[in-house]
Amino acid sequence: MGGLWVDYELMTTIPGLYACGEANFSDHGANRLGASALMQGLADGYFVLPYTIGSYLSKEISTGAISTNTPEFEKAEKDVLERIQQLTSIQGKQSVESFHRRLGKIMWDQCGMARNAEGLKQAIQDIRNLRKEYWSDVFVPGSTTEYNPELEKAWRVADFLELGELMCEDALNREESCGGHFREEHQTEKGEAKRDDDKFMYVAAWEWKGEDSKAELHKEPLMYEEVKVAQRSYE
Amino acid sequence: MRLKLKIWRQGGKYKGEFVNYELPDVNPDMSFLEMLDVLNEQLVAQREEPVAFEHDCREGICGTCSLVIDGRPHGPMQGTTTCQVHMRHYHEGDTIVIEPFRAKAFPVIKDLVVDRSAFDRIIQAGGYISVNTGQAQDANAIPVEKEKASKAFDSAACIGCGACVAACPNASAMLFTSAKVSHLTLLPQGQVERHKRVLGMVAQMDKEGFGRCSNVQACEAECPKEISVSNIARMNREFLAASLASEQE
Ligand code: SF4
Ligand code: FES
Repeated sequence: MGGLWVDYELMTTIPGLYACGEANFSDHGANRLGASALMQGLADGYFVLPYTIGSYLSKEISTGAISTNTPEFEKAEKDVLERIQQLTSIQGKQSVESFHRRLGKIMWDQCGMARNAEGLKQAIQDIRNLRKEYWSDVFVPGSTTEYNPELEKAWRVADFLELGELMCEDALNREESCGGHFREEHQTEKGEAKRDDDKFMYVAAWEWKGEDSKAELHKEPLMYEEVKVAQRSYE
Repeated sequence: MRLKLKIWRQGGKYKGEFVNYELPDVNPDMSFLEMLDVLNEQLVAQREEPVAFEHDCREGICGTCSLVIDGRPHGPMQGTTTCQVHMRHYHEGDTIVIEPFRAKAFPVIKDLVVDRSAFDRIIQAGGYISVNTGQAQDANAIPVEKEKASKAFDSAACIGCGACVAACPNASAMLFTSAKVSHLTLLPQGQVERHKRVLGMVAQMDKEGFGRCSNVQACEAECPKEISVSNIARMNREFLAASLASEQE
């Protein structure tokens, strides 16, 4: 569904890191479906990036090799090594795949297109428990000094376990239905999505506050000058 | 269905050898790669290291999957990638032999995963158009004959998987390189760099350690995109013309 903030050149807040296609929020807002996401990919790839990335690189081309003898590099390297160490030293009983499947099932059941408060609260609890279990019982085979796809997957699933919980938190917070988010409590008599523009005319940007702390919500208001926001109607 | 697998393992505790596995219950609707996923789950459950293999799109478009299956790159079927092979083509009790793509220029990274970055370097040596060809809409203003457009398109269908190299007794990369050369050389936008391109790409191909073409044509037979060997003939003509031209300069 996308949503990463980008400037007009499609660069994120990290210099030199571009987000294109469905991953960004550029033309259709952070929340759109099917064909508009495809259009975003085509437009970014054909018309925007061939010019903007070149313009960024043209300034970088004279930059020499960047030294790895910096405190920033050393810290990043140390963090990565520690994380790898942490994942591989658990030597638990359950495979990475089995955790991925269990997380997928929770998300599918409780955080699909239609979701409700009760299910989301349950899902948050379930994911927290699953995450605890993951960090005490996952089994990552293989070595850390050679190609190890299982380690890569373990790292991704660790991320999914955090992101999955956040998706549920966000869905629980948004007490309305809009776009791909259908809260069963908020529907019209005919079963259509019921918006609440007084309260939710904002993009939710969640700030990560560390492993076990709640993410912090930053509201970025949506302001329309020309367009009048209205309920989508298929009638 | 019960299957026996004989898989090449290299890395970790294996120096490079075939290891036998058995899968008791393979569903005929599984894809070949899903069958390997199931094997890997079984191995992890036994606290063994899973078999490393490459995959991405799993729908025949990215060129990431590889594998030589029972002696044939991308398996038994014509015009398909490994990820498009399904287990319904096998029978109860079959033994399947699975190896990596073997070539000097494709060193094994682990088990069934080989390093195909030599292909990237061939592309870097000329597989692009760097002259300004205008904005996207200008493409419509440059007429291209239908016959040429179709030929260029057929060549562009190459997904860069490397099966042609694995199939070739000389481990030659001629089919891949010629498909890329043809694709760009057939189009008007590719004319300016025409000579430089073919000379650069062929030189890089040799430098990477790929063999020479001796017209065996196994590449065309195994190519999942059915790229024709007529591309190789075209590249030879292009190479000759470019060599003559460059000596005149
Ligand atoms: S020519 Fe065929 S076999 Fe060779 S890399 Fe391209 S798609 Fe693969
Ligand atoms: S996984 Fe992409 S072509 Fe097979």
